[in-house]
Amino acid sequence: MEQAEDLSQYPLELTGKNVPMVRFKKVAKRYGSLTVLEHLDLDVAEGEMVTIIGPSGSGKTTVLRTLMTLERINEGVIYVDGKPLTHMEKDGKLVPASQKYLRAMRSKIGMCFQHFNLFPHMTALENCMEGPVHVLGIPRKQARERSEELLEMVGMADKRDQHPSRLSGGQQQRVAIARALAMRPKVMLFDEVTSALDPEVIGEVTNVIRRLVSDYNLTMLMVTHQMGFARDISDRVCFFYRGRIEEQAPPSELFGDPKSDRTRQFLSAVKEAV
Amino acid sequence: MSYFEFLVAHGDLLLSGTLVTAMLAAVSIALAIVLALTAGLMRLAPAGPVRWVATVYIEFFRGTSLLVQLYWIFFVLPLFGLSLDKFTAGFIGVGMNLGAYGAELVRGAILSVPKGQWEAALAINMSPLTRMRRIILPQALVIMLPPWGNLLIELLKGTALVSLISVADLTFQAKQINATTFMSAKAFGTALIIYYVMARFIITPLMRWLERSMARKLGRA
Repeated sequence: MEQAEDLSQYPLELTGKNVPMVRFKKVAKRYGSLTVLEHLDLDVAEGEMVTIIGPSGSGKTTVLRTLMTLERINEGVIYVDGKPLTHMEKDGKLVPASQKYLRAMRSKIGMCFQHFNLFPHMTALENCMEGPVHVLGIPRKQARERSEELLEMVGMADKRDQHPSRLSGGQQQRVAIARALAMRPKVMLFDEVTSALDPEVIGEVTNVIRRLVSDYNLTMLMVTHQMGFARDISDRVCFFYRGRIEEQAPPSELFGDPKSDRTRQFLSAVKEAV
Repeated sequence: MSYFEFLVAHGDLLLSGTLVTAMLAAVSIALAIVLALTAGLMRLAPAGPVRWVATVYIEFFRGTSLLVQLYWIFFVLPLFGLSLDKFTAGFIGVGMNLGAYGAELVRGAILSVPKGQWEAALAINMSPLTRMRRIILPQALVIMLPPWGNLLIELLKGTALVSLISVADLTFQAKQINATTFMSAKAFGTALIIYYVMARFIITPLMRWLERSMARKLGRA
């Protein structure tokens, strides 16, 4: 057993001006003896688009997975919208979040996966309606209208009655984005959403994400290997190395004039691969 | 006596036996499905005691002989004050036995639904119950249908054992006819054919149809 952490050092909620939409405070995540996140501090402001890059195994995806509550953290606290996500208040103290509390907080977050993970037994439209109808309890007719709008927005309206097995990877990913948006999250997470796609369809997915950035006031966290895309879409780019942020800066700065040797090495290695 | 004359003379017994077998199989199948689903889900429960109850049930009914289980239900339970009529004892025995096998199919199928499906359901904030009902079970069903086809055929053939607690099923009637006429080949031969026809031309096509309509639901057909 690891020693219980003193949680009193963390505030019960974030107050004051400029409360970030997402805050990682000294977050550690370990798998056995392997440390994936090493006391990570990361803030994401409301409406900000932050991209995470870095070598594999640097903890990029774990940031998203802990924020989606797919993984528990070992130390630290994650805050979303000013309130703790991984913990909750009890008798004026922070304690690990209950399932019920997690469900309430999780509704603020949406996620898209590398392998889409659409529900194969449902059509594109049904995939988008599933959450609104069976989780939020929105009337079918209303959920349907909203889902159709979203499918229209991602350019999949004409395929709404197709099952995922009949759609290409790019089409499935666009439906998956619509499915996540249908839950009206405040924070959207994109976990290598173009990594499983054929090169010629990557553009149709990145174009949808571009639209989200320009038309929606969403806070977004994205893990990607598309450096060009990260460069022209992000407000800020974080270079991860061994579970920590090695360097973070606006994209022009991080790509144009990286301060850290490790960042430089990584960027030049990526450039060579292209 | 020609085979035709044999059928005319004993057809009514064989027919009534067939009906009893079919009915017993149908009720047993219903019981086996309910038990398999319940025990299979219980095996995946977070709470230890819930899992243990299911494990004991599965271990006991898979690990001991169906015939002895039938004897227990029919001859021993009355000693503890629980008397069941032959037919009820028969279908409970067969249903519980095959339900134990089915539970492992249910459990295996649920666990083989890809992890990404569980995570996607969590990402749209589904409760564990809704996730199981709406996302996981429908996909697990597709995975487990083919092995269930085998299991149901096993169950049909297993029902022959209820003749030993004198349920008047197909096997029981064939034995009766054999005892009175000594026409063993005709009596048991006919029974064999009837079992085969029920398995091959009723259960198998039914399962194929189910598999096809499930595949259509997945948009694969």
